[in-house]
Amino acid sequence: MRQPGLFGKIMRIGLFVPCYIDAFFPEVGIATLELLERLGCAVDYPFDQTCCGQPMANSGCQVEAEATERLFVENFSGYDYVVCPSGSCVHHVRSKFDAIEQTDAVKQVRSRTYELVEFLHDILEVEDFPWARFPHKVGLHNGCGSLRGLHHAAPSELNVPFFSKPLDLLRKVPGLEIVTPARPDECCGFGGTFSVFEEAVSVKAGQDKVTDHAQAGATYIVSADTSCLMHQKGCAERMGTPMKFIHIAQVLNGAAQ
Amino acid sequence: MNDLLHKNLAGGDRAKRDQDGKPLQHAEATSMPLQAKQREAQPRAMITKDGKRVDHAEAAKRFLAAPEHQTFHDERLWDMRRKRDRQAFAIDEWEELRELASKIKEHTLTHLDTYLEQFEAAAKANGVTVHWAKDGDEHNAIVLGILRDHGAKTLIKSKSMLTEECGMREFLTEHGIDITETDLGERIQQLDNEAPSHVVVPSVHKLRMDVSDVFARTLGTEPGNDDPHYLAESQRRTTRPLILAADAGLTGGNFLIAETGAVVTCTNEGNADLSANTPKLHIASVGIEKLVPRVSDLGVFIRLLSRSALGSPITQYTSHFKAARAGATMHIVLVDNGRSARLGLKEFWTSLKCIRCGACMNTCPVYRRSGGLSYGFTYSGPLGLVIDPTFDKHKFSNLPFASTLNGSCTNVCPTKINLHEQIYAWRGVMAREHEVPLAKKTAMQAAGVVLGNPKLYRAAIATADSALSMLPRFATYNRLNAWGRGRENPEPGGQSFHLWWAKNRAGKAKGGRP
Repeated sequence: MRQPGLFGKIMRIGLFVPCYIDAFFPEVGIATLELLERLGCAVDYPFDQTCCGQPMANSGCQVEAEATERLFVENFSGYDYVVCPSGSCVHHVRSKFDAIEQTDAVKQVRSRTYELVEFLHDILEVEDFPWARFPHKVGLHNGCGSLRGLHHAAPSELNVPFFSKPLDLLRKVPGLEIVTPARPDECCGFGGTFSVFEEAVSVKAGQDKVTDHAQAGATYIVSADTSCLMHQKGCAERMGTPMKFIHIAQVLNGAAQ
Repeated sequence: MNDLLHKNLAGGDRAKRDQDGKPLQHAEATSMPLQAKQREAQPRAMITKDGKRVDHAEAAKRFLAAPEHQTFHDERLWDMRRKRDRQAFAIDEWEELRELASKIKEHTLTHLDTYLEQFEAAAKANGVTVHWAKDGDEHNAIVLGILRDHGAKTLIKSKSMLTEECGMREFLTEHGIDITETDLGERIQQLDNEAPSHVVVPSVHKLRMDVSDVFARTLGTEPGNDDPHYLAESQRRTTRPLILAADAGLTGGNFLIAETGAVVTCTNEGNADLSANTPKLHIASVGIEKLVPRVSDLGVFIRLLSRSALGSPITQYTSHFKAARAGATMHIVLVDNGRSARLGLKEFWTSLKCIRCGACMNTCPVYRRSGGLSYGFTYSGPLGLVIDPTFDKHKFSNLPFASTLNGSCTNVCPTKINLHEQIYAWRGVMAREHEVPLAKKTAMQAAGVVLGNPKLYRAAIATADSALSMLPRFATYNRLNAWGRGRENPEPGGQSFHLWWAKNRAGKAKGGRP
């Protein structure tokens, strides 16, 4: 593993905990924090953070996203890296996030914002997780923002050499067995506000996703996207499918299940 | 390579077999067999009144309420996607080909005036009459005029999305022209008086019993007999005499070649060839964006088209129509119908690179679960979301929201159109131009205020109940719990991360505010 220093200093990380994780899955935020600290990072949680503005912007309402984007920049300016355990939020910050004027400060925050998996894989180059053990059959869910927006892995549509950052990390966890569903990259139908605007299609896609993983033999679905998991979990519970869901940060941080 | 991600793609096919038990090699025939088990009514398109928005979500819900149809539709189209993957991965230079196709189209579209004139001159030199139609009405009037000039009363035509877009069949029928579709799927749709639901496989939303019903009603086939061979043969027997006797034939065109003046059609049933070669009069109606400069450019697109569409290396027929055969007459109608206006749209002009392969529909998780008719226009799926609003911004203002923005469409597109980014951009256009319903806009304004203010945000998610009303029902524009209809709500996490931090870490963290 690379020493977590930048030009000889300790890396100062601003931890971005998106709204869903804050309200419903605080354990994901805690696992991310503990994992980064175990790896030698100095992590701060800017206290006045709320959201990245994605819900408004994805609805076409860029003007309504302005205040939220401005607040995001105020909260996260000055850190060496901003790390977030949610691919779609990071994809928004890095690739969209243009409701406000693109000052140097805005550009800097955007370029320093990383999703947890890519931060561990590309920046820290973590080689092992000696504290982790996860003796379960696991199906990986690549959120679409992570997969096609942040390029976490080679998407199944492209004729490019195979790679997968989340699988690289999960393979370092003893006991963990990866199973592959029939449609590995199929969107689970969450889609942010799509999940309520197109409720019927969203739920069916979620049911299909969970069923595909169950048929592949997975007992857990692991993902870097909590929002996808929240949706799939809701679908699985309603269907009565006994599937468990866990964020990749919890697995890598040694969650005992 | 890709052993983990793609191993399932190498799985055995439940291939369709002929009477001797040999697998059929025909691209469409090798797809999944039809699997209707019991009767379920075919879900129909919504009726959209004038001035109203197409309600994709409503139509999608009705499609999903017909699980046999929906499951077949999803599996059939996913199978086409898998076959496309296999073909794409068998060609080392696949991604290079896509890039090349995208660049050729970019070059052609940015020099469209020059190439159109070159095409017209070449076609005229071949003895073909060239017409220019600025919109659908003008196109339909030109076609009717040509037919009347030749005293033609009966017309056979091959599948053409352009003529669907122009509403040509209805127009000509009203003016006394008797039309017969030569593509089997399109013929089924014509007999059922229903629009095509997919640009390549127009009746893919129907089960074979649906087809049996249509044929029993319109062609007099045996009611309840849904044997595909019987149905196909019955259609052939009833249609062939109409084809042989027709006064005129009309085709679309997959490509126009500027240097030769040729119209190129790609089909699997030879239906364009039947339409063009049987009667003495051939009319080809083609959109102006179908141009490529040279014959040598065409190879790039031919290699991509059928692989992307059906997952077969090439269509059964690829025909160049340059000139009328001896004793016959050929006309080409070049149609704009909004295309040059689209060329001027900064964020959306590259949608003109589309070669109508349908790959974006086949891969789309929303299209497969809602059916092509739910989009309310000729073009459905991701392509429809991007180009339908250019025909009528208000009517199709909901369509850009019928997407999860997953991006798979962009990755399968053979001409590399950034479809999901254009869908996102359309949402912005709709909001800016007040085409988003007021309730939704108001909800977004409220969300923007709360999320832009830490105190309001903390108050909003302070209790489990209040958090649930905002997340995940987040910013929904109605009071009904759309989240909870088919899903359980997340359990409140007890103490938020924010409060956990305040209690356990505030002031103790190693990081500290920079």
